[in-house]
Amino acid sequence: MRGGGFSSLSRAMFLGFVRDRAALIFSILLPVLFLLFFGSIYKNTSAPKLNLVAVGRVELLAQARQADPGLSRILTISHGRSVAAALADVRKGTDDGAVLQHGNTLVLRFSIADPTKAGLVNSVLGSIVQDANQAASGQPARFTLAASQVEDKSLKAIQYFTPGLLGWALASGAAFGAAITLVSWRENKLLRRLRLAPVGIGSIVGARIGIAVAIGLIQMAVFLAIATLPYFGLQLTSAWWMAIPLVVCGILAFMSIGLLVGAIAKTQQAATAITNLIILPMAFLGGAFIPLDFAPNWVKEASYVMPLRYLVTGMQDVMARGEGPASALPAIGILLGFTLLVGAIAVRMFRWDDI
Amino acid sequence: MSATISVSDLRKAYGDVAAVDGVSFEVTRGEFFGILGPNGAGKTTTLEIIEGLRKPDSGDVTVLGLPAWPRNDQLLPRIGVQLQASSFFERLTAREQIRTFASLYGVPAKNADDMLTTVGLTEQGGLRTEKLSGGQAQRLSIACALVHDPELLFLDEPTGALDPQARRNLWDLLRQISKSGRTVVLTTHHMDEAELLCDRVAIMDRGKILKAGPPAALVREIDQPVRISVQSGLVSAEQAGRLTGTGAGEVTDDGVSLSIATSDPATVLSGLARADALAGLRVQGATLEDVFLSLTGREYRA
Ligand SMILES: Nc1ncnc2c1ncn2[C@@H]1O[C@H](COP(=O)(O)OP(=O)(O)O)[C@@H](O)[C@H]1O
Ligand SMILES: [Mg+2]
Repeated sequence: MRGGGFSSLSRAMFLGFVRDRAALIFSILLPVLFLLFFGSIYKNTSAPKLNLVAVGRVELLAQARQADPGLSRILTISHGRSVAAALADVRKGTDDGAVLQHGNTLVLRFSIADPTKAGLVNSVLGSIVQDANQAASGQPARFTLAASQVEDKSLKAIQYFTPGLLGWALASGAAFGAAITLVSWRENKLLRRLRLAPVGIGSIVGARIGIAVAIGLIQMAVFLAIATLPYFGLQLTSAWWMAIPLVVCGILAFMSIGLLVGAIAKTQQAATAITNLIILPMAFLGGAFIPLDFAPNWVKEASYVMPLRYLVTGMQDVMARGEGPASALPAIGILLGFTLLVGAIAVRMFRWDDI
Repeated sequence: MSATISVSDLRKAYGDVAAVDGVSFEVTRGEFFGILGPNGAGKTTTLEIIEGLRKPDSGDVTVLGLPAWPRNDQLLPRIGVQLQASSFFERLTAREQIRTFASLYGVPAKNADDMLTTVGLTEQGGLRTEKLSGGQAQRLSIACALVHDPELLFLDEPTGALDPQARRNLWDLLRQISKSGRTVVLTTHHMDEAELLCDRVAIMDRGKILKAGPPAALVREIDQPVRISVQSGLVSAEQAGRLTGTGAGEVTDDGVSLSIATSDPATVLSGLARADALAGLRVQGATLEDVFLSLTGREYRA
């Protein structure tokens, strides 16, 4: 009979969730829209492309492109009708530089409106000229520069905010789900009705945990499926699977927050407000919306008391930074400890009804 | 044989309010028992103590021979409780709802569907519970309480918020349930409902049971005059006064109808018949409202 209770309660809760349009919007659709939005905005931040407009024949560029096909990945070259038109385009910012060749001189006109691109176009063309000089001299290069980004090459923006937004989605899904269910079941007396049925509190809580974990894993699957699309280009590193136990522990931690809120709040509105008050600041200060690497110091320090921090940075480590599976263990431990503490308080505050 | 429910000297206070103030009664097997009283009388508190949902301050309650508190796993499958029409899982259909409750008790889905038919909700089976009418939701709620075939059924104000037609439909269902041999305990603030349905009622006010017994016996006991009325103008008030004989009757004529209150209705009726003055005849006996009035000295107001 216990088993029957568990599975039928799980089923009822799951149907209740998938038929709840608001819950679907807030726990899945909205976070995914955020992901699509940020994903599109920051898509190119790690490798900006340069648009050049060439006027007349520019022999050097043509040679360089032949010698190094990879160049066309960062350079797009169009042909301008006249110098004046090309310069106008550069001023407007449609093109990053105008090039023409006078004999052995490669002429580059650029705008400093975008300093990053100005620097980039200078150095790219500089190296093309240098390579050409070297080729003309017939000597092998004596000195070479090996330069690479300090960030892991794959740590593009999408690598930061996929774990961040996913962490936020999981946290709010688990906390709101638990708080609202508890309050509404108490409000409509379903809790007391269940208390009079031969099901243990273990079956009720177990079913709720099972459903929260299932919903969380669905959120995770949707997120990863979208972020790893070639368009967004998330590249999961080898120990990414370690994010699964991490997510489960994160859900437990945020469910315990939800249960505590549900035990305190008398109405659904109050439960929603209190949960928002907890989750939103945590999303901003815990590294979900603003990557902690770029955050001011006080935010970094504040983040240490936020369970969301451990979920988000833990996921970043195994999903994006390429750290080993063991790197997630401290975060898992902290999340479980948090769950036990808050869960114990929630159990003490738990009420079957409003009396 | 011991009583199905036995309550003795039950007390429960909330702060200064004695919600239940020394209540004792017994319910026998197969009986349809009603607790009747105005709002705030303590009906729900009494019922929920018997169900094992609240702990009494003092007093003893046994249900089917077992103590009601603490929550007893052995008792739960044998009792059915209807708390409130909206105690449902959100966004499930009527059929999913009752099947969920069924499986909590290890009852197969087939029995759940049959129960849906019993309460006349087969057609609404695919409808979300939020979309059901008040009467339909109430019947589903009762069906959920009955799905595991309990011996004892508790109903707290089942017709509370229903329109008259829905109430009558529900009464039919409740009679049917009672006929199937179950013991039913119901609370209500509708006098007519208690009078119509219950084998025995306990009249409750301010935490105390004032009187308990079969409705007809309670009414008879107060020995209140019967009110007989006919159309005005058939007989004069004077003639009517003579008809009441020595029965200290009281005659009133408001121009629409003439009313005679009497403790000897047979004499009055035959007198009226002889005078051929029976047009628009109405005979009204005392009701439980009169019983309440005589017990409390207050008009009954639900
Ligand atoms: N949980 C509670 N807290 C405080 N007072 C209560 C509580 N439950 C009932 N009461 C009080 O006890 C009295 C009886 O209530 P109740 O049993 O609900 O009456 P009824 O069901 O007959 O309307 C009322 O005065 C009510 O205010
Ligand atoms: Mg009540």
